Amino acid sequence: MITLENVSKSYSTGAPALNNVSIQIDEGEFVFVVGDSGSGKSTFIRLLLRELLPTSGRIVVNGNDVARLKRRQIPKFRRNMGVVFQDFRLLKDRNVYENVAFAQRVIQVSNKEIKKNVPSMLSIVGLAGKYKAKPRQLSGGEQQRVALARALVNNPPILLADEPTGNLDPKNSWEIMKLLEEINEKGTTVVVVTHNREIVNAMKKRVVTMNKGVIVSDEKEGFYIDEN
Amino acid sequence: MRISTFFYTLKQGIVNIFRNKWYSLASLATITTCLLMFGVFYSVVMNFQYILKSAQEGVAVKVFFEDGISEDQILKIGDTILNREEVLKAEYVSATEAWEEFSEDYLGEYADGYTDNPLKDCANYKVYLKDVSKQQDLVAFVESIEGVREVVQSALTANMLSGVNKLVGYVSIGIILILLAVSTFLISNTVTIGISVRKEEISIMKYIGATDFFVRSPFVIEGIIIGAVGAAIPLGVMYVLYNKIIGFVIEKFNILSQLLKFLTVEQIFTTLIPVSLILGIGIGFIGSFITVRKHIRV
Ligand SMILES: Nc1ncnc2c1ncn2[C@@H]1O[C@H](COP(=O)(O)OP(=O)(O)O)[C@@H](O)[C@H]1O
Ligand SMILES: [Mg+2]
Repeated sequence: MITLENVSKSYSTGAPALNNVSIQIDEGEFVFVVGDSGSGKSTFIRLLLRELLPTSGRIVVNGNDVARLKRRQIPKFRRNMGVVFQDFRLLKDRNVYENVAFAQRVIQVSNKEIKKNVPSMLSIVGLAGKYKAKPRQLSGGEQQRVALARALVNNPPILLADEPTGNLDPKNSWEIMKLLEEINEKGTTVVVVTHNREIVNAMKKRVVTMNKGVIVSDEKEGFYIDEN
Repeated sequence: MRISTFFYTLKQGIVNIFRNKWYSLASLATITTCLLMFGVFYSVVMNFQYILKSAQEGVAVKVFFEDGISEDQILKIGDTILNREEVLKAEYVSATEAWEEFSEDYLGEYADGYTDNPLKDCANYKVYLKDVSKQQDLVAFVESIEGVREVVQSALTANMLSGVNKLVGYVSIGIILILLAVSTFLISNTVTIGISVRKEEISIMKYIGATDFFVRSPFVIEGIIIGAVGAAIPLGVMYVLYNKIIGFVIEKFNILSQLLKFLTVEQIFTTLIPVSLILGIGIGFIGSFITVRKHIRV
């Protein structure tokens, strides 16, 4: 589903953010990516989204070699992936329903379909009752659920999450992680970047640890490893 | 594109206009001002040219003939003149008519004292030109015809009129181009601000997999709507004010009423409406399209 072969990425300044990284993630896997800040986790996610191009090496996502995508093919390519971020990135002027519907409008789903899909997605993330609320009227945990609903409403085969619980309290963090696990159990490939040691250690999933742009360990049913 | 997508995009364009009220108003004011200036300017120029044209048509060259030439010969020369490209019309004024005209204008009832026609050699042709700038060519030609004694022209008027006409043409093209450039520039600036305000939204759209077309459309629709409204407002204002202003001018410059012939509001508007709408919508479209293209890169 996701393959990196000898991928390096250097920004114009400083040491490379990724240095000769190779990894294979299969369909239906659940993978935690952990590591100190600055170790290249977000760069990894942005490369998968084709927001950035690798400086060298090959990245294949769902059969697409990202370096070979033409500009006009990128939108379609991104529809393979739902993505959530630490800061939620909701449209502040629109209510919960519209934020989720937005993802469907972008890919030109008919209104009739939207009216069916959005409420059912909202009930999966436990927000059916709050569809009229604006983001600022919601708690952090609720906002992240809206973001998750938006990421999933188009049924992407891959879900990428970059520190989805970074701004949440332990209870909400757990609920979001449980949702991600449920989604994974339904067949979606899930990649979660996180700093949450407790959850990583409890969930017994594959754990990829990065340090200074290099993968230093990759364990099935792994643990959060402290580099220091 | 799906119909529901079209309506969604349209709605977003409209919502955007209201969401960025101040920027929208600024763009609207810009287009409105520019197109109002354009409209006023256009009306003034059109009327001015219309007046000039009427004045030109009133400028005649008079052709007088040698003593003792027969009326037949005069008419033959008249035909030659009429065949010239630049001639609009040529009126034959016989000696009798010339005298009648003169005595009517200057003598009134005293004319009865004359029994013989004192202007018996004054049979002439009044030649009107389509385009006064060709007057010199015509005069040179006519003077070379055998039997022509004298060609009388009002050189000053003719030259001045055609000169003014050309000048007005150039100046108006220049001013219109400047107006268009200024308004496109201002629209582009406004859209840039709008885009920077919505940068986050655009980047979210891109993450979800929105095509450039989908991202761009609301901005372009926004530009088109602002452009169309920005054209409609000055048109409405002009329509209401046009007759009032012309009425005012005629009243104030009533001495010149012979000279001042104005176009009707309908004559002006048959051209002004489509041109203004095309300009407004065009400015809105181009201004937003180019700007969005330049700024949406994720
Ligand atoms: N846009 C950028 N320009 C330059 N350097 C960057 C940029 N983004 C990240 N970096 C650098 O790349 C390295 C990896 O960053 P990042 O992938 O964000 O790490 P993480 O998400 O693990 O904290 C860091 O040293 C960071 O300073
Ligand atoms: Mg990061």
